[in-house]
Amino acid sequence: MSPPLVELRSVTKRFGDFAAVDDVTLAIAGGEFLTLLGASGSGKTTTLRMIAGFEQPTAGEIWMDGQPIHALPPYKRHVNTVFQNYALFPHMSVWDNVAYGLRMRRVAKPEVAQRVDAALDMVHLESLGGRVPRQLSGGQQQRVALARALVNRPKVLLLDEPLGALDLKLRKEMQLELKHLQTQVGITFVYVTHDQEEALTMSDRIALMRAGRIEQLGTPREIYEHPATRYAADFIGETNLLAARVRAATPGRLTLEIEGQGVEVPAPSSPVTPGQEVWLSVRPEIMTMVDASPPAGHNSLEGTVEEGIYAGSLTRLRLRLPGGGALVLHLAPTGTARAAGAHARVTWPADRGVCLVA
Amino acid sequence: MPVTRGDWLSRALWVAGIAVFVFIYAPLLVVVLYSFHNSRIIAWPLQLGTLSWYGVLWHDRGMVDAVVASLKLALLAVVIALGVGVPGAFLLDRYDFPGKALYQRLVLLPLILPGIITGVSLLTFFTFIGLPLSAGFPLVPGWPVVLGHGTALVSVVVTQVFARLQRLDRFQEEASMDLYADAWRTFWHVTLPNIRTALLGAALLVFTLSLDEIAVTFFLIGRQNTIPLQIWGLLRRGITPEVNAISTIIFLVSVVVIVIWARLMHDPQGARA
Amino acid sequence: MTAPPHPLPAPDTRLTWLDRLRARPRARTALAAALPVGWVTLFLFLPYLLLLIHSFWRLDEHQVIVHQWTLASYRRLFTTNVYPATILFSARIALSVTLLSLVLAFPLAYLLAFKVRRHKNLMYMAVIIPLWVSYLVRAYAWKIILGQEGILNGLLAQLGLIHQPLQFLLYSKWAVIIALTHIYTPFTLMPIYAVLEAIPPSLKEASQDLYAGRFQTFIHVILPLSLPGVLAGSTFAFVLSMGDFIAPQLLGGNDSALMVSNVVVSLFGVAYNWPLGAAVSVVMLMLVVTLLTIANRFEERFNYRGERGGAVKADALAVVVTESRA
Repeated sequence: MSPPLVELRSVTKRFGDFAAVDDVTLAIAGGEFLTLLGASGSGKTTTLRMIAGFEQPTAGEIWMDGQPIHALPPYKRHVNTVFQNYALFPHMSVWDNVAYGLRMRRVAKPEVAQRVDAALDMVHLESLGGRVPRQLSGGQQQRVALARALVNRPKVLLLDEPLGALDLKLRKEMQLELKHLQTQVGITFVYVTHDQEEALTMSDRIALMRAGRIEQLGTPREIYEHPATRYAADFIGETNLLAARVRAATPGRLTLEIEGQGVEVPAPSSPVTPGQEVWLSVRPEIMTMVDASPPAGHNSLEGTVEEGIYAGSLTRLRLRLPGGGALVLHLAPTGTARAAGAHARVTWPADRGVCLVA
Repeated sequence: MPVTRGDWLSRALWVAGIAVFVFIYAPLLVVVLYSFHNSRIIAWPLQLGTLSWYGVLWHDRGMVDAVVASLKLALLAVVIALGVGVPGAFLLDRYDFPGKALYQRLVLLPLILPGIITGVSLLTFFTFIGLPLSAGFPLVPGWPVVLGHGTALVSVVVTQVFARLQRLDRFQEEASMDLYADAWRTFWHVTLPNIRTALLGAALLVFTLSLDEIAVTFFLIGRQNTIPLQIWGLLRRGITPEVNAISTIIFLVSVVVIVIWARLMHDPQGARA
Repeated sequence: MTAPPHPLPAPDTRLTWLDRLRARPRARTALAAALPVGWVTLFLFLPYLLLLIHSFWRLDEHQVIVHQWTLASYRRLFTTNVYPATILFSARIALSVTLLSLVLAFPLAYLLAFKVRRHKNLMYMAVIIPLWVSYLVRAYAWKIILGQEGILNGLLAQLGLIHQPLQFLLYSKWAVIIALTHIYTPFTLMPIYAVLEAIPPSLKEASQDLYAGRFQTFIHVILPLSLPGVLAGSTFAFVLSMGDFIAPQLLGGNDSALMVSNVVVSLFGVAYNWPLGAAVSVVMLMLVVTLLTIANRFEERFNYRGERGGAVKADALAVVVTESRA
């Protein structure tokens, strides 16, 4: 495996007593799209800013390409940032904005012109070079910010929630565009967002952050289908978290007891003992309603229908379990409607449940 | 509610407002009109029709010297006020240090306190350190008055520039550093253009305020009078419409300066990102 | 990307002394603070301090200032009837000026804020411009207007309303009050306008939606919200009037001797007694500071819109004055 491009080694950032980033170690590979995902206050933005150089780590080191960079000011790092509010220079034209970094690096004028034009081309803003930022729409400003950063061919591009200010449709378009851009240009992208759907769509790997630490690091599929903790299961996508107790454990398989009913689930990575309290995560989309007994290899639970909320492409059906817990499952539009108060039985493939210890 | 009663209130409000407006402007108008008064004595009725008082003004040696002195003083005051005030504004905006709140209050004192208090304080200070009030004459009207003006007006620069700095988008400076510009170049290419109008506005303000300054100048002036003090002298000796003439000129200059200043302040390029 | 194939030069990673300075916050702060703090300490802090110190000295028989700690000046100040009487007299004049300016400024501010649609900025500027015209000129104007042969008397005589010129107008406290009101009304207007302007129109609409008529809306909604501005304006008018010595000397006649600032001027001038003058100044200073502090407290109470956490009111005042001097 090739050496990582950027390495954070036990990086900590304190503000007074508060640790915004707490002993984070992370290796980012060249050419990958890594997302730092988390709620506000999770430390993701602070981590990004330390890579950029706007904050100094209180402890730990940051290495890039085999060199320590944590002591370097931002203007000496081969890293560029796309800011959340774009931070375009209002007193300069779009063209001058994009040319800024190159000029600061004293690149020759004709070369600057060539590169800037190419960069504007790449983000489809060829004709807008003469405009001033306030004459542009939000989406256009965002692309100028992108061009301004990319024209410098940084080794790593840092993006701090760049799509937050855009409306939904535009955001989805830009997500795809950014992903294609990254593949096309081949630069490492480190992307910060709180939107888990965005993270799932765009990333090669996701680092889920919480309270200054990395909760889980993995590919989108790994994190979605095998969350390591309750927090991870809950943060990404929708899930049902059911309190359970271990009834029996065999290698690779556990039998859990949920409200008196038996349920099978693959064994988690950490060992468990019978009688231990654990959690079961079942995603709503893997469950179906049955009238008769469940097929082989499936678990089932019974409950009462509470309400069904129509959401266009699916209906969310809420079930109340006899012990007081609740379940939500997704019904396809063609599914039969269930009346409130009716008894129902849901089933799901045992392999797709996840047992969570923490 | 019946429409008529609302109208009555509105109308009364308009009358009151306009009356106050007239009250604010009428006296100024009187001064201007009487600068063309055809008699030595300023009395009713007004006899318009002469420009002679402006001629008298032109030949009044004392007044001409006062104008020169006032201009010198104002320019130096601008230099000092900007030189100390701009770093002061940056200091307050970007740094924390023990005694910062105290410093903030101190800097604002000349603006809040009656000028007379600042004036006598500076007088006692310069007397105490033994700097004579006419030191530097005739090059400058006097070092104490120059230093006094400049220092008293630092507050104006600090408040103006500080207010603008607060509205500045901090991310722009970070973006500039992200794009390989160090602190100096960031200041020059990004920060400065964004506060330029505030700097110019503050300079204009200081200039105008210095020209009209009486309280502090009164106590610190040496041999050479400034315009307000010269007028003051004229007023005490005996009033001729010459006073009206210089007053009218001051009025016109002030209006021009304010209009320019207002233009600068409403600069849309201000600090909006 | 159709850019030239050769790579861009890598950024220079060597650190200069400036870069190293960046990483040492304390040194940076010291460097940034040197000039502004040093200058202000020398030319502002020391002078004010020196004034305070002078008030604790006294004048001996040979008209020399004795550098000895004593309360003699303060004793003289408080026991001689003249000085407290002067302060009270000045305060009463300042109060009259303040109240009159408020009465005049509020309607105009209200008009500008709510009733003027087009050219609002222009109109506001027009109201503010006189503030910039020489203070002396504006005080002097009243000499012309109120004099025995002045405009007012002339007009009234011509209209047949009086047969003899009104004597009491000029060279009396009335002239001072009128002139100061004229001068400081725009000052009072500015913060009131600023505050009224900031009231969102939706508040008025909400009030009317809830069955309040125009007058009630004014009393229950607009007036309370305008209080910070009213407070700021009044404080300014009062403090500036107390400290004024030009208008009283020009227009006050014998009454001028009773104004605090004129007393200070003479004590530092013809009546040469600097320690006493300093003591009077300090007392005036204390009064002003107390007033501002009280105004501050009130402002915090009435600051319903929760802006600017009620920090030193003076700062807000100062910013309002200089910021909105347009």
